[in-house]
Amino acid sequence: MKFRDRWRRVVSILMMTVCFLSVVIALVPLAFILFFVVTRGIGAIDLDFFTQTPKPHGEVGGGMANAMLGTLIVTGLGGLFAVPVGILAGIYVAENNRSRFASLVRFSADTLNGVPSIVVGLFVYALVVLPMKQFTALAGGVALGVMMIPIVMRTTEELLRLVPSSLREGALALGATRGRATFSVVVPSALPGILTGVMLALARIAGETAPLLFTALNNHYWSTSLVQPIATLTVQVYTYATAPYEDLHRQAWAGALVLVALVLGCSILARLATRRLERMHVGGH
Amino acid sequence: MARPKTSAGDWLFQKGTGFFALVIVLIAAAIAVILWQRSLPSIEKFGLGFWSTDHWDPVAGNFGARPFIWGTLYSSLLALLMAGPLALGIAVFLSELCPHRLRQPLVFLTELLAAIPSIVYGLWGIFVLVPAIRSFESSLPDVIRATPFFHGPPLGVGMFAAAVVLAIMVVPFSSAVAREVLKAVPAAQREGAYALGATRWEATKVALYYTRVGIVGAIMLGLGRALGETMAVTMVIGNTPQVSLSLMAPQYTMAAVMANEFPEATSTLHISALVEIGLVLFVVTLGVNALSRLLIWSMTRRRAEPVIVAPLVPEEKTA
Amino acid sequence: MRKALAFAIAGLLTATVPLIGQSRINGSGATFPDPIYEKWFSEYNKLHPDAQINYQAKGSGGGIADITQQTVFFGASDMPMKDEDIAKLPGPIFHFPTVLGGVVPVYNIPGVTAKLKFTGATLADIYLGKITKWNDKAIAAINAGVNLPATDIAVVHRGDGSGTTFIWTDFMSKVSPEWKTKVGANTSVSWPTGLGGQKNDGVAALVKQTPGAIGYVELIYALQNNISFGSVQNAAGKFVEASLQSVTAAASGAAANMPADFRVSITNAPGAESYPISSFTWLLLYENPKDKTTAKTMNEFVKWMLGDGQKLCAGLGYAPLPANVVKLELAQLAKIKLQ
Repeated sequence: MKFRDRWRRVVSILMMTVCFLSVVIALVPLAFILFFVVTRGIGAIDLDFFTQTPKPHGEVGGGMANAMLGTLIVTGLGGLFAVPVGILAGIYVAENNRSRFASLVRFSADTLNGVPSIVVGLFVYALVVLPMKQFTALAGGVALGVMMIPIVMRTTEELLRLVPSSLREGALALGATRGRATFSVVVPSALPGILTGVMLALARIAGETAPLLFTALNNHYWSTSLVQPIATLTVQVYTYATAPYEDLHRQAWAGALVLVALVLGCSILARLATRRLERMHVGGH
Repeated sequence: MARPKTSAGDWLFQKGTGFFALVIVLIAAAIAVILWQRSLPSIEKFGLGFWSTDHWDPVAGNFGARPFIWGTLYSSLLALLMAGPLALGIAVFLSELCPHRLRQPLVFLTELLAAIPSIVYGLWGIFVLVPAIRSFESSLPDVIRATPFFHGPPLGVGMFAAAVVLAIMVVPFSSAVAREVLKAVPAAQREGAYALGATRWEATKVALYYTRVGIVGAIMLGLGRALGETMAVTMVIGNTPQVSLSLMAPQYTMAAVMANEFPEATSTLHISALVEIGLVLFVVTLGVNALSRLLIWSMTRRRAEPVIVAPLVPEEKTA
Repeated sequence: MRKALAFAIAGLLTATVPLIGQSRINGSGATFPDPIYEKWFSEYNKLHPDAQINYQAKGSGGGIADITQQTVFFGASDMPMKDEDIAKLPGPIFHFPTVLGGVVPVYNIPGVTAKLKFTGATLADIYLGKITKWNDKAIAAINAGVNLPATDIAVVHRGDGSGTTFIWTDFMSKVSPEWKTKVGANTSVSWPTGLGGQKNDGVAALVKQTPGAIGYVELIYALQNNISFGSVQNAAGKFVEASLQSVTAAASGAAANMPADFRVSITNAPGAESYPISSFTWLLLYENPKDKTTAKTMNEFVKWMLGDGQKLCAGLGYAPLPANVVKLELAQLAKIKLQ
């Protein structure tokens, strides 16, 4: 083998190693972060953490029970708002692929996708909090919903696109209206994928902090009301992280652990669901 | 043979779904309008000077936003410098070299990085990264300290900490998109290269060259993400409005100043100045995202639609 | 599917129907008195389970902004509202002093455990950026016998709108003419140098974590976090440490001559025992609130706060209000329109 060829081989192996190393380097912070979250968080997780509300300043103890409920509530509200809008809009865009309006809708969704989360918070503050003269869980839900809509719409659109047109054409040939064809035939075949996407989107907005700062504010008490401020895991972790008390830091790690577990759980569920889907599709018709 | 029932059902379907599509357009428009309206007082008073003045004084009513745009750009560019090569390396490895068994788990792991909430990055940043950077900064020899890049007391919080956290957050996004872009390379290109006797790396170079525009787009998408990041940055950057080349100096970004000062802005001018910063951030992020999508779209012409961040869409079974 | 929908609607309804008899009051503002406020609201809630007062400490600036927009029922501030800000309000507002507290200079100097002494001038010069190292002549001169290292001083201040900042800068404006002309006193100033922390908590955290740092926080934050704090020279020339006695001494003059609207500054107060960086802190309540039910509950709380509540202050390092001030406040409380 000529020297030149050997050199090319060496370069190739070198570069491939560099690429492999970059994977390792990227995963190192992940491992690091997970390691810290788990080790520091697990020590703080106890029954109190899940059942108690925060204690007054400087007193040791208390928990994030109200914050966890709050996260569920605002995320649920966000989903309630975003899922119908996102899915139906996605259906529209998928069905009317080439129209100018569909392009406008796509552009708007991409815009919403790119709006910095803090700006969304500002927007909802001006639109919901000021007129109501109240910080509310509702406003927090709206903010999260606005961030979730484009994700749901995109997922729906892409998945509907993947459904073979033979399905739709078959339904239309049998005399179904467009609505019927879409809702009874096309959407159901894409539905599992859409639901997976929705679940991932919910996990993503559950981890948002900035949009909640000026909308849901925070609450020391157990609250389920939609028209009062509400505590959320993310805002609570932020508040505790910037506090000087060791006990609050401990609780912040615990809160972070719960958040990461939530996200991990949803991702794993989504992966499993996708794999099951693929098997179903390959096996079915 | 058109039945009246068909056109009524069709009409309902079209209008019904169309209504929700319109809602999305209206929300996007509303954001733009509200941002514009509320920043008018500041725009009228300061004009373009807003962006070239350094002095930010809410009390006196003098607002110069240059430190914030500096902080945002500097931190994002530094982050890209660190994240870009990494993202590319990951994308190349996962699409070209990875043994098939490893691919799924590794892809999953990188997507996990993307899904971690930014507050967790911030928490880790304050308690782990900042002390580490502080000891690193304290141990720097004086000769390095003298350079403008390492000037100032070793506080730990500052530009470098922010850039590192941003880089960690940007890598998964950019690498995922870069991977999608690399998938769009026609097999013929690679096969042709191998047929000519190329090594692994050389065939990869061919693929990278073919997708170079898309790769740039992927990295720009990461930029778009870094520009708007709020929480993780504000927890480690030091929140001080100053323009400084020093990596060790505490600085401020546009998103961070909005998060910190908005809750207490009472004067119309102060609110307006902050909203103007939000407007510009919005427009810049929009521009960067749109440009990156354009670049990526031109690369993946096989599909009719631009490829957005793929993590949320299940892996497409290749035809 | 239908069952799920029914459950969802039922759940939504229960979430929106407010619990009968529950009074939910939201307030926001200063972090200076946050520890005692949280203690009060928690204790009051134990005595009256139907009264839930949710106080979010985000800085005096935030409290003033929220009460102006009326997104909260009451505000809290360590700086009395300025005339031009009061003019922006939809209606007249009352200031109710709640406690007396002191702002202390906290520091974190590796190897130094002694209590340092500071003059007003030294503090101003540090914050002006003129004194940059801990072993500077000016600091060493007043701290004979302390081994000060050559570490850089990392100045920490508030980055948000803060009443604590107002108290601190108000004091510095009185003792340093250069500070007065260059920077001035307000909840938010143009700091010549330093790092910004959010809320008293953030400053305490930053000082605790940064070697060589100096900051300013309310006394209890230094005590609860075991952060060293120094004594400050008062108008009579003595170096005094913040304590219940020294803060009360600072207020004695003002208490005797309390203005009708309770807006008064007691920094750099005369008297040998006075702590020079002391202050009242105020609750802000509208004279004619729209929500009368909430107003009644709040009024009851304020009465309790002025009575039994004051007994809890000392435990957290705050000085209770002088008796004559309490009487004047009860008279002002009676003026709030509850019908």
